Amino acid sequence: MKKVGVVGYGAYVPRFYINSIDVDKRSGRLGLSKKSLAAWDEDSVTMGVEAALLAMENSGISLEEIKALYFGSESPAYAVKPSSTIVADVLGVEKNYHAVDLQFACKAATAGLQMLSAQMYLNGGGCGLIVGSDKSQAKKDDVLEWSAGAAAGCLVVGRNKVIAELVSTTSVSSDTPDFWRRGGSSEPSHGGRFTGEPAYFSHVVMATKKLLKKVNRKPSDFNHVVFHMPNGRFPLQAAERLGFSEKQLSLGMRVVDVGNPYSASSLLGFISVLEKAKSGDLVLVTSYGSGAGSDSFCFLVTEEIKNYKRGFLEKMIKNRVRVTEKEYRDERRWK
Amino acid sequence: MEVSDVVVSGVGATKFGELWDRGFSDLVREAVGFALNDASLSIKNIDALVVGNMLLSQINNQAHVGAYAAESIGHKESSFTVEGACASGGLAIRQAYLMVKSGELENVLVVGVEKMTDTPIEEITTYLVGASSLREQFVGATFPGLYGLMQRKYIKEHGVDGDDFAYVSQKNHFHASKNKKAHFQREVSINQINESDMVADPIKLLHCSPISDGAAAVVLSGSKKPKKGEVLVAGSSQAGDSLSLSYRKKLTSLEATKKAYKSLVKDVGFLNEDVDLLEVHDCFSIAEVMALEDMGFCKAGKGLSLLKNGFGKLGSSEVVVNSSGGLKACGHPVGATGVKQVVEIVDQLKKRCGERQVKKPFLGITHNVGGTGATVVMHALRRAE
Repeated sequence: MKKVGVVGYGAYVPRFYINSIDVDKRSGRLGLSKKSLAAWDEDSVTMGVEAALLAMENSGISLEEIKALYFGSESPAYAVKPSSTIVADVLGVEKNYHAVDLQFACKAATAGLQMLSAQMYLNGGGCGLIVGSDKSQAKKDDVLEWSAGAAAGCLVVGRNKVIAELVSTTSVSSDTPDFWRRGGSSEPSHGGRFTGEPAYFSHVVMATKKLLKKVNRKPSDFNHVVFHMPNGRFPLQAAERLGFSEKQLSLGMRVVDVGNPYSASSLLGFISVLEKAKSGDLVLVTSYGSGAGSDSFCFLVTEEIKNYKRGFLEKMIKNRVRVTEKEYRDERRWK
Repeated sequence: MEVSDVVVSGVGATKFGELWDRGFSDLVREAVGFALNDASLSIKNIDALVVGNMLLSQINNQAHVGAYAAESIGHKESSFTVEGACASGGLAIRQAYLMVKSGELENVLVVGVEKMTDTPIEEITTYLVGASSLREQFVGATFPGLYGLMQRKYIKEHGVDGDDFAYVSQKNHFHASKNKKAHFQREVSINQINESDMVADPIKLLHCSPISDGAAAVVLSGSKKPKKGEVLVAGSSQAGDSLSLSYRKKLTSLEATKKAYKSLVKDVGFLNEDVDLLEVHDCFSIAEVMALEDMGFCKAGKGLSLLKNGFGKLGSSEVVVNSSGGLKACGHPVGATGVKQVVEIVDQLKKRCGERQVKKPFLGITHNVGGTGATVVMHALRRAE
């Protein structure tokens, strides 16, 4: 049977950024350098649309091939009204498709990736899009504000011209309330240091070990690894515990210049790897969603990667405009 | 019952640290389990439970903490809570000591316990400053701020090098690196301490004891004739001073320590040179320095040079100060600290401390402070002969 996997990808990183040190002088402690800023007229839907349009353009798929569109976010435009249908509508996808909206903190999109992959595998033909997009929320002057960024990633999943085959995937979950946002509240709360060991590390390490066992591989077998990036330190610590090197992490460490765009974090890290990966590369991706759970994936980059139109992401990030601290404090521009 | 001595018949403590998977009741049960096992007693043998705890009623809206802890361990006789801020544990020990010494009760169980790390740091800081006076709180004082004032005054008054305060944390981390139950089990260097972030000038991060979870328990029993090798509470003392720092005669020493120690020395009858072990209240490094001076181990203003020359360090000094790692490195679950100090001295006297064992210890002193020195409670523990 034909393999299933990533057929194409796109991403959107907003035009503006701020140096983390201008948000808080202590941000360097968390390995942060810059974070992206979405303007007042952008939201998870607009960013998702940009990422999906680019994915369509770069992959060359036609609208008729799209059978499903999944949208994962923790900052959706509506509490009740799907964002997936808005994105599909802007793309021009007709009614004959399956739309899904997902929420699971920062791992909404990877949960969607698992389900979409299974769906496409069973379908036989066509492809689906999974979009992860967030205009990350944080309380003002809270440590979360140092890293809360904005971005969207989009993966096209199918069985034809696969550039990164999905070899295997697995998940772990528990009821661990490390980070949450109540209905009606515009800002999340979190458990401080509780977001570390019992939350992020416990799940990321467990899911990755579970995947390694499932595919019968060791860390050194992988060319690249991507962990969810709430800051610049946690993924490094996770890598060290699991036996991965900084070099294996390096291509995917998007948090340093984008910050943490929540549902887009792991996707953006993975897309950064795909932008430079070689045929035959083995890539491990483990996401983390607060509340909590981790999805872990093993991808094998194929020969098709050579034919894929790559190289947009670095340009997109390089061509941004810096926002000063004074401009940043004018909340009307960024809310 | 006529009692000649109060024996420490059993001790035990949990690990101190960020114990995410254990709540208040779990900590109580664990520490009590260790202590009862050590004493070869069951909960049915316990006549009263005394709990040292500061924060539970604020954090969890659970008052009646003595009854709550008693319920956790299936104790159905009398129980009560003692609160004296960071001296809660030491005060609980003292109450138990007095109860047993009076002959009224035979076996009293003391548990010092605090669960702090589930609470955001900003809230904990606010709760902890409740140990100071309202007047100080209204002007925005925090505990690092109050002790920072004391350290600043000390440096000016004695003309010392502020960097030398690092010798306190360095020593205590060295000791804690040999204590499997300590919150921090790694050594830190003088440079690391002096380069750590400023918290409240001149107090730096690595001068400060951490926010920790933990529990410690002790069983005190009345004895007509202690056996050789048993550990006795040879003496207990308590003294006080104004709650507000601004009402004190001096900011660079604690009158309450001086009074409590003088009373202890008089009751028990010993000299400083007889002391083998000290567990002193190093909530901040300045506190340990002042404690050593106030107890007369050196003159005022000489504490830093004393420590810099190796005083108190395991392997280099005749008296070992904070072999547990102290509050700084072993951790400071507020209500548990005063009880843990007793646990440490008892374990040392019974030669159960492994890598950090002091050779031939006979007499140990505990020093537990509430607030910035409004309450000081001290105990002398020695081996029965």
